[in-house]
Amino acid sequence: MSNNDTIAAISTALSNSGISIIRVSGDDAITSIDKIYKGKKKLVDVESHTINYGHIIYNQEIIDEVFVSVFREPNSFTRENVVEINCHGGVLVTRRILEIIIRNGIRIAEPGEFTKRAFLNGRIDLSQAESVMDIIESSNEYALNASINQLNGSVSREIVSLREKIIYEIAYIESALDDPEHYDLNGYNDRLTNVVKEVINRVDKLIKSSNNGILLKNGINTVIVGKPNAGKSSLLNILAKKDKAIVTDIPGTTRDIIEEQVSINGIVLNIIDTAGIRETDNVVEKIGVDKSISAIEEADFIIYVVDSSIELDNNDYSIIEKIKNKKHVCLLNKSDLTNVVSEDDIRNHINSKVISISAKEGKGINDLENEIKDLFFNGEIEDNNEVVITNIRHKDLLCKCDESLKLVLDSLSQDMPEDFYSIDLMDAYKYLGLIIGQEIEDDLVEEIFSKFCMGK
Amino acid sequence: MQEFEEKKFVEETYDVVVVGAGHAGCEAALASARLGMNTIIFTVSMDSVAMMPCNPNIGGTSKGHLVKEIDALGGEMGVNIDKTFIQSKMLNKSKGPAVHSLRAQADKAMYSLEMRKTLQSQENLTLRQAEVTELIIQNGKIKGVKTFSNGTYYCKNAILCTGTYLASRCLYGDVIEHTGPNGLKSANYLSKSLTDNNVEILRFKTGTPARIDGNSIDYSKMEEQFGDEKIVPFSFTTDPDSIQKEQVSCYLTYTNEKTHEIIRKNLDKSPIYAGIIEGTGPRYCPSIEDKVVKFADKSRHQLFVEPEGLYTNEMYIGGMSSSMPESVQYEMYRTVPGLENAKIVRNAYAIEYDCIKATQLKPSLEFKNIEGLFAAGQFNGSSGYEEAAAQGIIAGINSARKLQNKEALILDRSESYIGVLIDDLVTKETREPYRMMTSRAEYRLLLRQDNADLRLTKIGYEVGLIDEDRYNKLCIKERLIQDEIERVKNVNIGANKKVQDCLIRNNSIPLNCGVKLSDLIRRPELDYDKLSEIDVDRPDLPSDVREQVNINIKYEGYIIRQIKQVEEFKKLETKIIPDSINYEDVNSLRLEARQKLSELRPRSIGQASRISGVSPADISVLLVYLEQGKYLNKDND
Repeated sequence: MSNNDTIAAISTALSNSGISIIRVSGDDAITSIDKIYKGKKKLVDVESHTINYGHIIYNQEIIDEVFVSVFREPNSFTRENVVEINCHGGVLVTRRILEIIIRNGIRIAEPGEFTKRAFLNGRIDLSQAESVMDIIESSNEYALNASINQLNGSVSREIVSLREKIIYEIAYIESALDDPEHYDLNGYNDRLTNVVKEVINRVDKLIKSSNNGILLKNGINTVIVGKPNAGKSSLLNILAKKDKAIVTDIPGTTRDIIEEQVSINGIVLNIIDTAGIRETDNVVEKIGVDKSISAIEEADFIIYVVDSSIELDNNDYSIIEKIKNKKHVCLLNKSDLTNVVSEDDIRNHINSKVISISAKEGKGINDLENEIKDLFFNGEIEDNNEVVITNIRHKDLLCKCDESLKLVLDSLSQDMPEDFYSIDLMDAYKYLGLIIGQEIEDDLVEEIFSKFCMGK
Repeated sequence: MQEFEEKKFVEETYDVVVVGAGHAGCEAALASARLGMNTIIFTVSMDSVAMMPCNPNIGGTSKGHLVKEIDALGGEMGVNIDKTFIQSKMLNKSKGPAVHSLRAQADKAMYSLEMRKTLQSQENLTLRQAEVTELIIQNGKIKGVKTFSNGTYYCKNAILCTGTYLASRCLYGDVIEHTGPNGLKSANYLSKSLTDNNVEILRFKTGTPARIDGNSIDYSKMEEQFGDEKIVPFSFTTDPDSIQKEQVSCYLTYTNEKTHEIIRKNLDKSPIYAGIIEGTGPRYCPSIEDKVVKFADKSRHQLFVEPEGLYTNEMYIGGMSSSMPESVQYEMYRTVPGLENAKIVRNAYAIEYDCIKATQLKPSLEFKNIEGLFAAGQFNGSSGYEEAAAQGIIAGINSARKLQNKEALILDRSESYIGVLIDDLVTKETREPYRMMTSRAEYRLLLRQDNADLRLTKIGYEVGLIDEDRYNKLCIKERLIQDEIERVKNVNIGANKKVQDCLIRNNSIPLNCGVKLSDLIRRPELDYDKLSEIDVDRPDLPSDVREQVNINIKYEGYIIRQIKQVEEFKKLETKIIPDSINYEDVNSLRLEARQKLSELRPRSIGQASRISGVSPADISVLLVYLEQGKYLNKDND
């Protein structure tokens, strides 16, 4: 089976333990990777079944030092041209490289697709066919669910709303084309131009968010705890403010449990700001405190904020009791005031990394970020594999949607007829749909009939 | 020879029996007879052949495409409307070429008479008035049909085109008439024969507005609407010069708040809102009651007042179909400007009828479970004269091909609207009468009304409905287009004064360096014809060739994109699923997919992929399964 398109996937579990492998298979595997690889020889010139040392280069920037194996068809796992890239730079770099590969026109492999190709090309024994089919069906279902479930609530609402906007316009155009005596397209170009520009802006915002990995909710669940007025909210604000591309300006975020998503060098933290914890008889406050306590139980990582200008008390001890078996860091806030709590005071009760900060003056925040990075790269706190893949897939779809919408703008500026650019609008609609797992089916006809009064 | 006295009832034998002489039946019977099959066509009334019981026009958006395609294959509808139209208009002319659509007002009576004449002059074809009441089916195969008078007509194949006549009833207010459209006899027995043979029946509904006496209309209160100055024929065989004639006018008027008030006040008297009607109606063709309820924010709705013919005063009130009682109809029509003194000639009514779930059919329009039985038209759950005719010609062709032991003709979605129509009908579960729309055709930039002949006439020739002469003309046309496109792409245009003047005159930016002629054609403000003065070596070409050259150059980018999509589409479309497949054996399919596939038994992987409930992963699994079968067969050899 020749003339297959070229696919890529990360074929090792993503961990920070060192090397991960990206596998690429298909007619263009070797030539495509050549575009981003620089070694002694071009890959098209190296022998089959060799390992080659070089670098992945993108926009003149060295992304990673790699070993690249080349297998020419038919002597490969899939009987197609196969390239395997051994990346050294850890999770984030691997993700980046896969992203670059995809932007070069290679498609992310469906679950089980390498195996499927191996079978269809006669590489795998017939007796294995059954299991190939099982893999395809089960892993696709799993991946689909996973990719939808991982999507941030606010992001998926945003995509739904963008799709509604797009399909309405397509339906309007189609109604006018199908029933020209009822619907008029005079002056419509201007209106559509405005709508498309707005949608492009919003899609661009999502693309920016995807650069930081924050389209998805499976970041590292991080909870900020501390007594009331310890400075938790100010800390959150500082962390959030440092990152301009966060999704918080998308309406609806507050309805999620996640209150802020922050990306620190590409590591995504879902930060939950909790109510201050203290003994209380006030019913409303009690609910808040209980929520904080259960948030701690579910968290991957805890930032414990201590007001260093006030002595530790029973409330602190009860917090320490709750977090001592969790990954955490302790911040001595208000370093700008007179300190009454020292690092040792904390260490007497709990074995913590202690960092002195001033949320008010923004001091010590870099130390906190470095600590988080260290923890992540040492594998002490983890992101997960599928999230990375899903994110790349989503970003790719968003970029395609963006490109289709820009084609619409081009056509509009060139006064192309409506029936031409409605094709690009439909593509944009379709790409967004794939992110939230929606096929098109009869959406358009439904929209036309429900929103526009047609016919005799 | 048998003696006549021994037989109590009539018995005759034909190759093909066609049941119903509406738009589907006529095309089916003509195609069948023209392909050499001895064919008989039954109608409940000789006066209702190719009758138009609703709107008095043929064509319109996407439906015009269908007519052109029927014509390109060698069908009759285009020829017949060219003979009998009284006004003609190209719709959407200001929009892209893919949505230009021809629509002609018909003289209904003449349309019917001309078609009857054509049927009666057709060799191999017998036209007979009788109600078919029963199908004779043995061992899952059609053997013949019986009529009400107990006649038996044996056949090899039968084509059911019963339209809206099956167990039909017409309703307005609390009046229910058990008739077909226009008060004609309904066919009350065939449904039972179908269900006895395990055919699944649905109940659909549609409706029509009142016809008003033209003498009672004050046209001065309406906007007059004229036909096109230059009339374009439907049929590729009609000489345009031969049909330039005086045309009648249509008129535009509107409903108003008063109309809507009357409707709202009387809603309880509408059988739809009173719950008397059981059938599912089409959403694209809502009654005025539906429009007022569902689009309450609209303060008025357009009404098109169209003549029904030259020998009648009747005017069709397009946009105001209704099932209100007679008295309410009078009240509401008379609120409309120009209709204050309207006299109703025929009431508006809703009609309910039996039709089938078309997923019981193969793409050839033959029943999956009854060999030799074909179906076409509204009986298959579609609506519209053109949709019916399109299925009719395909059913007629495929019935003949089956008897000739030839492979069925299946037009796919990338080559015709007919293909889209039939694929949708037999693949998707239609829950309302299906109407063609240009948005249903995903490759519509390629499926234009202007190139229907280029797409389909070759097929019509191979099938045997297009003669040698017409085919040769097409080949010449094709050649001229190709050569001219090639030439235009290679003609260099320099920035000389003549060129610059021409550009400036056409509001186009002057050149600052030489370009190809094709580059200039692509500019939005220019086209092929406008540039003739600067194209010194241009050959003298007919207008239809020039049109093709212009479209193909101007929209080349988009056209190439669609051609690429079509190539992808064809990959799956040409992967045929063997009839013998047992989906129960494909364990890895999800349950829902397995059920749907077992029920619909798609012909190709492509068709399977369009069934709702079958996911891309299921398709992957099917591909692997089919591949596995191939190896197994190889092992057996």
